[in-house]
Amino acid sequence: MFSYLVRRIAYAFPILLGVNILLFLLFFFAYTPEDMAETILGEKRVTQEQIDNWMREHNYHLPRFINLAESFPATLTRTIFWQKSMHLFALEFGHSDVDNTDIGAEIKRRIPYSLCVTLPVFMASLMINIMVAMVVAFYRATYIDHMALVICVLMMSISLLFYIIGGQYLFAIHLRLAPVSGFDAQFPHTIKFLILPIVISLIGSIGGGVRYYRTIFLEEINRDYVRTARAKGLGEGTVLFKHALRNALLPILTNVIVTIPFLIMGSLLLENFFGIPGLGNYTIDAISKQDFAVIRAMVFLGSLLYIGGLILVEISYTIADPRIRIQ
Amino acid sequence: MTALLNNWYAKDAIVLVVVGIMGWIGSLLMRREVWRSAMRQVFRRRMVRISAFILALYTLIAILDSVGYHPPLRDADHALHRHPETGRVLYDQDGKSLLDLILTPLSAMHEKTYSAPLAATQFTMETLYDDEGNTTRGYPPLAHPRRHLLGTDRVGNDVLYLAIKGIRTGMIIGGFTTLLVIPFAILFGVTAGYFRGWVDDAIQYVYTVLSSIPSLLLIISFMIVFGRGLTQLCIIMGITSWTGLCRVLRGETLKLRELEYVQAAEAMGVSRPRIMFQHIVPNLMHIVLITAVLSFSGRVLAEAVLSYIGIGVGAATISWGSMINDARQELARDPIIWWKLVAAFVFMVGLVLPANLFGDALRDALDPRLRTE
Repeated sequence: MFSYLVRRIAYAFPILLGVNILLFLLFFFAYTPEDMAETILGEKRVTQEQIDNWMREHNYHLPRFINLAESFPATLTRTIFWQKSMHLFALEFGHSDVDNTDIGAEIKRRIPYSLCVTLPVFMASLMINIMVAMVVAFYRATYIDHMALVICVLMMSISLLFYIIGGQYLFAIHLRLAPVSGFDAQFPHTIKFLILPIVISLIGSIGGGVRYYRTIFLEEINRDYVRTARAKGLGEGTVLFKHALRNALLPILTNVIVTIPFLIMGSLLLENFFGIPGLGNYTIDAISKQDFAVIRAMVFLGSLLYIGGLILVEISYTIADPRIRIQ
Repeated sequence: MTALLNNWYAKDAIVLVVVGIMGWIGSLLMRREVWRSAMRQVFRRRMVRISAFILALYTLIAILDSVGYHPPLRDADHALHRHPETGRVLYDQDGKSLLDLILTPLSAMHEKTYSAPLAATQFTMETLYDDEGNTTRGYPPLAHPRRHLLGTDRVGNDVLYLAIKGIRTGMIIGGFTTLLVIPFAILFGVTAGYFRGWVDDAIQYVYTVLSSIPSLLLIISFMIVFGRGLTQLCIIMGITSWTGLCRVLRGETLKLRELEYVQAAEAMGVSRPRIMFQHIVPNLMHIVLITAVLSFSGRVLAEAVLSYIGIGVGAATISWGSMINDARQELARDPIIWWKLVAAFVFMVGLVLPANLFGDALRDALDPRLRTE
């Protein structure tokens, strides 16, 4: 198991290196540090001297890949690629281009706020979606099933933006059931601010979720073991909720576990609309301030979490399904 | 009419070319009985026929909005505007699409500012002067009372006109991007699956790297580097979306290449490109079509989100995303201005819902393994 893990993580390294090189090409070739300095200092009325100063302060004055002015190890390390891209591997995100704050510390500070929303949404949506999907699968090929499908497709066709705008208007502004936006880290007050984003997010996810899990259940229902269970004289309810559910958990697992690491990234739209100071809001701020260092850090973090999620899926597979053996 | 003939243009001529090529490929496919019977099955349900009709209508509007002409510039007294030295007639550089021509009655109905749907008076109060010179506060009558089906926006444009103009942006982002990336996905997916070995490793590496970056974050990085715009958005959405299809096609090719009919072709000395494109690709087209239609709606929805967070098509292009973005401030007013949001909502759902329904029907008909009913 241990050697397998080590090998799996070693496989991830070239992928992350590729991500890094891609980001580097995008942020330092397509858009040069000079362009960046000009954007941040203000396009007009900026002197070459100011640009040079800014670039020196933020370590953007170095050569990109190879520094011939230095002796051997420094030829590679005293470069933008090493300082800005390779340092990401050590989770050193560096400093913001705009206000020079430590990005790593800021990310750490904001993760709990993001989790406040994403974690309850993740758990509740998983439970609600699976339960509704099972009920729909129970009534398969009936009028109920047909209507449920149509409603699901309709709900999937509506952008999350509309759920947020409509929900905020209806519950916060019109009915005054919850505050419009804001955040309070003090425990009992937090709930008041979180309830609306969580509910809206659940409503937004239900269409796609129910439809997806319904397909998984219907696939299981056609398997041989289900026929055997029915032949033994078990009721349709027992077959579905006991036998099929257990076996359906495997495909559900794959789909769900990949997303777990992403929970710490938060949700861009929800955090922005409801003023929750998590990582999603951090990204939106970085976009509006053109803070490239922060965006680079978030992209790298995103890929790291995705690859981490894939490794988690493989591990959980070997635990959940004894048929799969690690070589 | 002569102006139309002499100065026609195709905004994004490439759109028309790609649509034409896809139509041609579609007609080639329809010669096969498998596809004809699948299509008959798809269109058997009334809901699907309605969906297909609405999609065709949207497509028609988008195409009409992509072809047009440069109208000659005219002075206030309708005389032709000429170049001061050469005396040649000058033409409007922005051009006018055929859709603009059809919608002239709508776009010409300007008001001063907001007005509610079908209202006779303006939405905001103004100081009014009556005949005797007395001033009162009141709602001034509109220039075109009860003619704006969906009201007008802050600068007095008809909202229905804006929503219709948004169709082209939505269709290009949703549909055109797909059509652009499909050839790449097929080429790389089939090559990787058929040749295996180092070719497979290289192609797998590229798409694994691309797909391991969360697509929203990659789109954000790309848009912030290259600036806002429809072209940039199409390119980056293409880059983020070919990987999924490519992976599926590679997997299917790995299965197909082991089948007897491919091995028979190999034994008979059929060349490799011919095997790939004549024997394998036609048997993958159902996957391509299903993916194309189902990913369409996702992209239309994504455009709205991107425009909302400020990295979408930009202010110069009319899109549903930017309409929603405007609506955010309008909803904070009291009494609220809801019609721009509702217009964007209705037009978006009107496109995404039929696309989803049609995609599901295609999947049920073409991929029996995924059949749900």
